[in-house]
Amino acid sequence: MAVREAEPIGSLQEVQEVGLDREDLFGIYRNMLTARGIEERGHILYKQGKIPGSFYTGRGNEAAAVGVATAMGPDDVGTPLQRDLGVHITRGVEPWRIFAQYMGRRDGPTHGRDGNVHIGDARLGLHAMVSHLPAMLPVGVGMALAFKIRQERRVAVAWCGDGASARGDAHEGMNLAGVRRLPVVFLIDNNQWAYSTPASLGHAIDHLADRAAAYGFEGVVVDGTDVLAVYREAQRAIEKARADGGPTLIEAVTLRMEGHAVHDDASYVPREMFEEWARRDPIERFRNWLLEHAGMTTQEEDEITAGVKKLLNDSLQRAEESPWPDPSTLLDGVFASADELETPHHK
Amino acid sequence: MPEKTYLQAISDGLRQELRHDQRVFVLGEDVGVYGGAFKVTQGFQEEFGPWRVIDMPLSETAIVAGATGAALMGMRPVAEMQFADFVSCAWDHLVTVAAKQHYRAGTPIPIVLRLPSGGGFSGGPFHSQNPESSFAHIPGLKVVCPATPADAKGLLVSAIEDANPVLFFEHKHLYRRIKGEVPDERYSIPFGKARTHRDGDEIVVVTWGAMVYTASDAADVLEQDGVSVEVLDLRTLIPWDREAVLEAARRTSKVLVLHEDTRTGGFGAEIAATIAEEAFEYLDGPVKRIAAPDTPVPFSPPLEQAFIPQVDDVVAGLRHLAAY
Repeated sequence: MAVREAEPIGSLQEVQEVGLDREDLFGIYRNMLTARGIEERGHILYKQGKIPGSFYTGRGNEAAAVGVATAMGPDDVGTPLQRDLGVHITRGVEPWRIFAQYMGRRDGPTHGRDGNVHIGDARLGLHAMVSHLPAMLPVGVGMALAFKIRQERRVAVAWCGDGASARGDAHEGMNLAGVRRLPVVFLIDNNQWAYSTPASLGHAIDHLADRAAAYGFEGVVVDGTDVLAVYREAQRAIEKARADGGPTLIEAVTLRMEGHAVHDDASYVPREMFEEWARRDPIERFRNWLLEHAGMTTQEEDEITAGVKKLLNDSLQRAEESPWPDPSTLLDGVFASADELETPHHK
Repeated sequence: MPEKTYLQAISDGLRQELRHDQRVFVLGEDVGVYGGAFKVTQGFQEEFGPWRVIDMPLSETAIVAGATGAALMGMRPVAEMQFADFVSCAWDHLVTVAAKQHYRAGTPIPIVLRLPSGGGFSGGPFHSQNPESSFAHIPGLKVVCPATPADAKGLLVSAIEDANPVLFFEHKHLYRRIKGEVPDERYSIPFGKARTHRDGDEIVVVTWGAMVYTASDAADVLEQDGVSVEVLDLRTLIPWDREAVLEAARRTSKVLVLHEDTRTGGFGAEIAATIAEEAFEYLDGPVKRIAAPDTPVPFSPPLEQAFIPQVDDVVAGLRHLAAY
């Protein structure tokens, strides 16, 4: 089985052909830096004992996350996962709320009810993941089902990891999407490790995107460290779905550059593998691209990095000022009230 | 007022909701062209089309997850499990996603899961179960177990209007066996309000679903003994009408809790414990539980009959209590 393997993007002209101008490119770079910066500061917070429980990051996945989110339309929706912080950043989740979430504070998107990247903001079209991966993938298919029923030109993006792609949820969701030609794009973040289990023990095929053919739609493999190639493939797939052309399965190949979570030193990952993929660091790679093809000046770069640094510092301070949730609210919100349906969170 | 079977009441109520609210749609296995394994949705696809009465692949996970996603986008899905037993395949999506989404993420999940449940017709271990207590234990889910045609329709309307995931247990043994008056107009019956199925003042049987009729038949026998037995139909387990149960316990001083689900960890244990905590001083005897034994539901008629609580079992339990 041969799936299409996406080509890299070479020139500014090619980028402009897929709808990005120079400011867009800087925005993408800013979002990638922000996502990584939040997680780097998260490590510090963890070491300071300010993050209860464990801490999960998506280092190495910034291009895959930001690339896809940049291609989504304002009314599109998605169910990003724990390596996809860049999706939240790109769609406008405020970093201070993410820090507050990490620390279990009142102003996190879940107000301390859940941790880590288990966040959503329905107004931004994002719906909070659960730990039982990829349970939100078929939920994303259900969102696409609603769009299909109502004949809306909206698209759902449903994420999955390489590990979770082994689960039945992924199969049932993709099968339904294929049968009903639903406007959904599946995004498998293939970071090659499911906790300590290598991809070779997770699936017996060369590319997870090969599975798309079995569900009756197109599969494509893209280098998940190339933000522009990811963007182009996601945009193609999203616009195809929007035009009632059915689903696409995109496999973005990366390496998980840290452990499964902060407690895990990932000593089972061969050192050469880390070294190889460190040379393909998505942020460094895009920075070089911007210098070479977009003529990013030193002044422009300094403005971006300084802006991100200030944003993160301000955000962290604001999050630390956020109070703990009040234990007297423990019982609130187990059930929704009918009036919440009259003023819906969804759009 | 027209008389309808329990099944017809559900079917008519659901059809009325599809007409009433464009956001309501039905999804499940064989619900469209075939009209459902029990024919609850017969003729629906002709009226509402294939995108509001959706034949799904054999994928309980995708059905419940699909309903959840559609609900997040503002729809009001009514999903059918062909048999309540198969909801085990969708456990994760009910318990992990739908039940917890509002508490942690603030987004309501207004879905209804229709669950044809219960035994009495040799359905065997996989087509006869009453798994309501498993879900009653999960914060965030509502559990509904109507016993009469009128309740089935009115509670279904409430379930569809509810902002939360609702498990709507339809007892299969009642589908065509029980008839009752059902108003034609649209109406709803609130959750958490028990119904007195039969008046009495010496013992109260707290029950729901098909066991309401078993209890009522047993109460008739006790009446011949000269003992007055009330039958209190809970109608919904989550929320359940604690006040009505405690009032009846205090008034009668003797309580029998009856359910078709198995005994250990069954919802009857919760009721008995609540009465022990809240109304202990009023009791003249122990709170008695009658339930199915802790086995899978057997297939062969004599075994199944031994499994499901029978009128004679309830009569014996009531006489035991009457002696206090």
